[in-house]
Amino acid sequence: MSSATTPPDSDPSGRRRVHSMLKLYYGLNEEGTAAEQAESLDPCDINGPHFDPEVYLNKLRKECSLGELMDHESCMVKQIRSLDSDMQTLVYENYNKFISATDTIRKMKNDFKKMEDEMDCLSANMAAITEFSARISGTLQDQHAQITKLSGVHTLLRKLQFLFELPARLNKCLELQAYAQAVSAHRRARCVLQQYSHMPSFRGIQDDCHVIMEQLAQQLRQKFRDGGSSAKDLSECVELLLQLDEPAEELCDKFLSHAQSRLEADLQGLEFIDRGCNEFVSSLCLVIASYQELFINRPQEGELASKNIPEMANGKLHVFVDTLAARYFSLVERRIQEEKGVGDNSLLVRALDRFHRRLQAITKLLPGSAVPSHGTEIVVRAARERIKQYLSALQTFYHDSLTDVRQALAAPRLAVGGASASGELLTSLSNFILNQLKSVLASVHLFTAKDITFSNKPYFKGEFCSQGVREGLVVSFIKFICQSSRQYCESAGDRGGSTPPALLLLLSRLCLDYETSTISYILTLTDEQFLVQHHTPVTPVTALCAEAREAAQKLLNHYVKVQGLIISQMLRKSVETRDWVNTIEPRNVRAVMKRVVEDTTSIDVQVGLLYEEGVRKAHSSDSSKRTFSVYSSSRQQIRYAPSYTPSAPMDTNLLSNIHKLFSERIDIFSPVEFNKVSVLTGIIKISLKTFLECVRLRTFGRYGLQQIQVDCHYLQMYLWRFVSDENLVHFLLDEIVGSAAHRCLDPSPMEQSVIEVICERG
Amino acid sequence: MDDDAPVIYGLEFQARALTAQTAETDAIRFLVGTQSLKFDNQIHIIDFDDENNMINKSVLLHDAGEMWHISGSPADKAVLTTCYSKTSESRVLTCAAVWRMPPEWESGSHESPDDSSNNPQTLELLCHLDNTTHGSVACVLWEPLGDGKRVISLAENHVLLWDLQESSTKATISSTATLEGKGQLKFTAGKWSPHHNSTQLATANDTAIRGWDLRSMSQIYCIENAHGQLVRDLDFNPNKQYYLASCGDDCKVKFWDVRHINEPVKCLEEHSHWVWSVRYNHSHDQLLLTGSSDSRVILSNMVSISSEPFGHLVDDDDLSDNEESQQEDKGKEPLQDSIIATYEEHEDSVYAVEWSAADPWLFASLSYDGRLVINRVPRALKYHILL
Repeated sequence: MSSATTPPDSDPSGRRRVHSMLKLYYGLNEEGTAAEQAESLDPCDINGPHFDPEVYLNKLRKECSLGELMDHESCMVKQIRSLDSDMQTLVYENYNKFISATDTIRKMKNDFKKMEDEMDCLSANMAAITEFSARISGTLQDQHAQITKLSGVHTLLRKLQFLFELPARLNKCLELQAYAQAVSAHRRARCVLQQYSHMPSFRGIQDDCHVIMEQLAQQLRQKFRDGGSSAKDLSECVELLLQLDEPAEELCDKFLSHAQSRLEADLQGLEFIDRGCNEFVSSLCLVIASYQELFINRPQEGELASKNIPEMANGKLHVFVDTLAARYFSLVERRIQEEKGVGDNSLLVRALDRFHRRLQAITKLLPGSAVPSHGTEIVVRAARERIKQYLSALQTFYHDSLTDVRQALAAPRLAVGGASASGELLTSLSNFILNQLKSVLASVHLFTAKDITFSNKPYFKGEFCSQGVREGLVVSFIKFICQSSRQYCESAGDRGGSTPPALLLLLSRLCLDYETSTISYILTLTDEQFLVQHHTPVTPVTALCAEAREAAQKLLNHYVKVQGLIISQMLRKSVETRDWVNTIEPRNVRAVMKRVVEDTTSIDVQVGLLYEEGVRKAHSSDSSKRTFSVYSSSRQQIRYAPSYTPSAPMDTNLLSNIHKLFSERIDIFSPVEFNKVSVLTGIIKISLKTFLECVRLRTFGRYGLQQIQVDCHYLQMYLWRFVSDENLVHFLLDEIVGSAAHRCLDPSPMEQSVIEVICERG
Repeated sequence: MDDDAPVIYGLEFQARALTAQTAETDAIRFLVGTQSLKFDNQIHIIDFDDENNMINKSVLLHDAGEMWHISGSPADKAVLTTCYSKTSESRVLTCAAVWRMPPEWESGSHESPDDSSNNPQTLELLCHLDNTTHGSVACVLWEPLGDGKRVISLAENHVLLWDLQESSTKATISSTATLEGKGQLKFTAGKWSPHHNSTQLATANDTAIRGWDLRSMSQIYCIENAHGQLVRDLDFNPNKQYYLASCGDDCKVKFWDVRHINEPVKCLEEHSHWVWSVRYNHSHDQLLLTGSSDSRVILSNMVSISSEPFGHLVDDDDLSDNEESQQEDKGKEPLQDSIIATYEEHEDSVYAVEWSAADPWLFASLSYDGRLVINRVPRALKYHILL
């Protein structure tokens, strides 16, 4: 510690030392710390209680030099002196205090003496007062008793008068229809009359009263039974009757039955939620309230309490409310079911909201009732029903728009610019559907709006969003699209079908678009709008996409099949109906082949509008010029074989087998890819394979074979450009000509140059 | 267990006609008729030696013309019918005839195959099923399980019922029926039902299947549009009298209950091109064989519509211990309809498939390039059905 801070510290610590020492001296050892206790045990500690002057002196004498002793002595003297002066100051202070305390005590002694005198005087006075008072009350005693008696007689007389006047008064009340007054008057008199009924005069009064009250009760009952009275009147009646000791149970029944008849009258006319809410529910609430007022909440007195009425009454009330509510609900439900039109959903939602809100009032009145939960169920059912209706509306809309598309597809054939129409049709169709779906979502969204009371029910928060809207509406609709698309493939009939192929193509593209983007878009939209929390497993996007893709694939396959079939049928008829043995020398390409090429070209255009080109294998620059290797196909034809065909006299079977060995097996009706080339390849494969099979079933003459050669060359010239792998066309056409040569009675093929001339002539 | 590899036999000519030798119940024997316009046509008698997995062939000359259809008598294994085309005055007509195989063909053929192929014997003509008035014959059907005295030929739009007399050397028409209608109607296939005392016939023309009562020679049912396109073949379920299978150009195989003709009982679409031939196994009718011009042969297991939908019932005594029975139970779960196997040995269109008459687990298929393939039902399935 630095020297600068020591002096201010030393001062208080020194003072405290002085105080503590004094305290120690007077035996007030309240601050006895461990350090002081340790100090105090030392006999050499001059401040300790065990200080031994002998020991201390000896110690000093032994240890210190003379100078030190002198110093010590003077220091000690100084200390003693200061202690003495401290002591003097203290004694002086205390002395003053002591003197003032003595003065005060003396003064108090004087005051108390004066007070004692006054107290004695007071007690003497009090004794005198008591004596006087006793004397006065003794004189007044008799008169007081008389007065009390007289006032008692007076009251009694008034009561008697009341009793005697009672019949007249009751009659008057009856006339004025002041039933409440009458009943309260009678009630007051009733006990007395009961008590004194053994006296003839009272009995007379009592009898009169009975008669009158009977009459009154009769009148009340009458009023009670009359339909016209309002609920308030009714409750008044009941209250009075109850006071007249009418049996409560019977009254409950009557009351309820009466209320029922009135409420049912309401139900009869009940047609709209609005009226239902305003009239029926509110009057039901009123009935419940007054009933509870009457039978349940009333403070129980006397015998009423013993009958345990509240429980009974409560039970009855529940049954009553439940039956009426059930009827009401059935009416409401019927009404809601009639609400088929999907136009304005907000109206329905508002109506349901009001309905729900009103029922909440019942909850407040009747906590245990099942009515509100039934009401919620109805709302839930209505919502479900609504979703179903929307779904079916969407489905009809979808069908309608498909019909439109179908008509549009049929029409533009006439128009020149119709070619581009199918692309536009696709966009407009998908836009239509999307917009419709969005508007439906918006309508359904009303159910979950914040200001609707039931929107925060767990159903509307969870299940309605995920199971109802997402699964029941959106997913179902997408599934429906896929399914109906698939149905086009199946029901379209195997004979080419009623579905125009262009529609199949369009739907296939639609499904494909759905797979790539639309489905995920719709579902994201739904999830965002409805904040769907998936408590239960929901259909994942991928599953829907897979389904859509499958549908697209199926439609496209079917399209290929149908188009292939149309061309196949042409080819088949042309092969089957001709007499190939006796045909004339070919001069032209047969018309049917031109037709095949034309149709293929138009299909190419059609598909090109909706699907991408796709990849094709690179082909030689002179694909159209390629000639067949057929001429080696029959053993006698070696001399005709053009130089670029295998020169060796190979067996046809061997040749074609070797060919097959190196080419992959061709699946004729196989799934196609989503591009133009693949589609066209599929169609051409089907057509040519049919051609092959038909040729194999016929027998040809020389010119028959030549005609086939010409036809195949023509096809060769035009078809290669459509397919992914021109070798496929070559191979199939080779097979056709080869088979024709096999089936030929006189196989002498035509010169290649002649064929080319004929084909180029058209 | 490995299944035996298929046995392949190649003919020099193209061929469409294949039949099992129906009356032969000991040897596994198939007859193949060739189709050639330029050379002499042959009937190849294919004997399959099951134990050595070998084929023995004999060749008989059929010089009347190329064969479109061949069918063996159910009573006499030496007797058969063919439908062959004959060209006269640049007109092609398909005729039918009953033939007898020369008795010596069997002897000697094994020892000197070269000899037999060099100098083949000729079929002995028994009689023509004269059809000059009725047009081309599509097929000839023997009375199933009959005594080989009655055949039906389908010629253009006529059904002709023939009685064969004097050991099949004389054929007379006993009754006929004609299909009337718009356009040129032509039967493409037919099958004589083995049920109802052999009094019923099913025919196919274009897309329709018709049933005929042979006693009155009148139509009893007609499945219009049975297939989307041409119906190519029919077969009756050998154990369920109202069931028949059909196949056609729509690549489908359909199963019909002729009592409810509005809808097929079942429909298979496994081939990728026209299905030309469909055959029920003679003993186990869940096994179905189809051949198609996609060059494939498919063996299907149609348990659900077979006469043994749950397989054989197993006696408890057969099973020695629990573990085994559990395994058995596992295996015995009702089989699903399924494709058992797809055979891809052919490289050209398969126009005919046929089960062996002698061994129910064996079948042959014939493709246009003259390749005959003999296959077996996979052993696992065979044991499953048997046990």
